[in-house]
Amino acid sequence: MRPVWTIARRELRAYFATPVAYVFIVIFVALSGVFTFYLGNFFEREQADLTPFFGFHPWLHLVLAPAVSMRLWAEERQSGSVELLMCLPIAAWQAVLGKFLAAWCFIAAALALTFPTWITVNYLGDPDNGVILAAYFGSLLMAGAYLAIGACISAACRSQVVAFVTTVVVCFAFLLAGFPLVLDAFAGWAPQVLVDVIGSLGFLTHFNAISKGVLDARDVLYFLLVIAAFLYANAIVLDLGRGN
Amino acid sequence: MIRADSLSKNYGAIKAVDGISFAIEPGEVVGLLGPNGAGKTTTMRMCVGYLAPTSGSVEIHGFDLATRTQAARKTFGYLPEGAPLWGEMTPRAFLDFIADVRELRGAQREARIEEVAALLQLHPVFDQRIETLSKGFRRRVGLAQAILHDPPVLLLDEPTDGLDPNQKHEVRELIRGMSSDKIVVISTHILEEVEAVCSRAIIIAAGRIVADDSPAALAARSEAGRLDEVFRSITTGRKR
Ligand SMILES: Nc1ncnc2c1ncn2[C@@H]1O[C@H](COP(=O)(O)OP(=O)(O)OP(=O)(O)O)[C@@H](O)[C@H]1O
Ligand SMILES: [Mg+2]
Repeated sequence: MRPVWTIARRELRAYFATPVAYVFIVIFVALSGVFTFYLGNFFEREQADLTPFFGFHPWLHLVLAPAVSMRLWAEERQSGSVELLMCLPIAAWQAVLGKFLAAWCFIAAALALTFPTWITVNYLGDPDNGVILAAYFGSLLMAGAYLAIGACISAACRSQVVAFVTTVVVCFAFLLAGFPLVLDAFAGWAPQVLVDVIGSLGFLTHFNAISKGVLDARDVLYFLLVIAAFLYANAIVLDLGRGN
Repeated sequence: MIRADSLSKNYGAIKAVDGISFAIEPGEVVGLLGPNGAGKTTTMRMCVGYLAPTSGSVEIHGFDLATRTQAARKTFGYLPEGAPLWGEMTPRAFLDFIADVRELRGAQREARIEEVAALLQLHPVFDQRIETLSKGFRRRVGLAQAILHDPPVLLLDEPTDGLDPNQKHEVRELIRGMSSDKIVVISTHILEEVEAVCSRAIIIAAGRIVADDSPAALAARSEAGRLDEVFRSITTGRKR
């Protein structure tokens, strides 16, 4: 595990080496505020919970997580430093995990900085903080899944822009699979089993369950499995790259 | 020791490396020579396990690169072609990271970083971001990274490219001064360098070894005793 932390620390420092990281965090916090207080009718609802806040997170992460993951491998491939990295005595899985953890910590930091929203709702009312905590946890898990997908795609790309766009599209598909719009389209004619399967493949179904405070092990496991699967694929993509 | 056994690498129809075999013993300083595109970098990349060979195998220090990759990688230091680095780091942070990866601990760690920084004269730029360094300094940071853990095997792809004459001299001294039980493989286009530091020269052309001998013996093949004439006639197939 030691090399994993070594890699993760280096990556995390790389994020904060440029102003981009700070800009990103400001945008993240600002957008989540705008969404919640203006678009989410936080005050008009007169309810002491953060449902509108977390309701926007799948969309927020959809755009911002790929922006975090896009540089993970594409940048190194572009500059050639991937050769340096891969020739150090570090196993591919250690590098993959280290980079992913760094990106995840970065998003976790951005999420943590939305705490004023949480303070606001506690100041105004008496929310169920257990539910809020679960929703934060769910949001982090979902962001992790987006990041794992993004890391894998980044490893296959030389250009960060291509990595970003591709990741958004793939993540959008995963998100959409659980969206009522899609599910309703199937619900009319397809057997309920199929609808359930499609829904269960989507991020939204699992995230909504967790964000309501229902911390079902299956939802957590789902996200962890998606993360594991894409990190595994990431290592395979790297190994295929060794051929040329 | 390094043993490469009929290494080949095809890129589609291009045969970048076409059946290269050699064995290098401790104490040898080998110069890998050849015209542009001969396959030197490709050979090195297969030796360090960065590229998977189309066929053939490599063994370093008794570890097969295909199966015992990590064990093999602990035994060598490698400077990739062009010395790619992480631009946002400072040489200090970079060497610190490499020391972590190489598992250098305790007092020895700081001492070694200090020693290598002094050896490559990195102190004036030690806290400057690598992306703002001149090409020669970047090359030196790359070299520092390769020798930090004092490996028994060193593979350096064009280590003196972009260095000023003084630094070229320093790096040659450095290579020459490495204890006699090490293996050093350098690829270079500078023939004087080969004559100055190498005990053996392997000339590659179009993916094949066309000569493998001591620089002195190679030079003796021309009437004037000049290595560049021999190199030209071997790699172009023309006499002088
Ligand atoms: N990824 C690749 N795809 C296709 N061909 C490649 C690739 N990498 C290298 N080659 C080809 O393989 C051959 C050998 O390249 P290599 O980089 O090993 O040469 P070199 O001897 O290091 O040359 P130089 O002296 O210019 O550094 C060249 O013809 C090159 O075009
Ligand atoms: Mg080369």
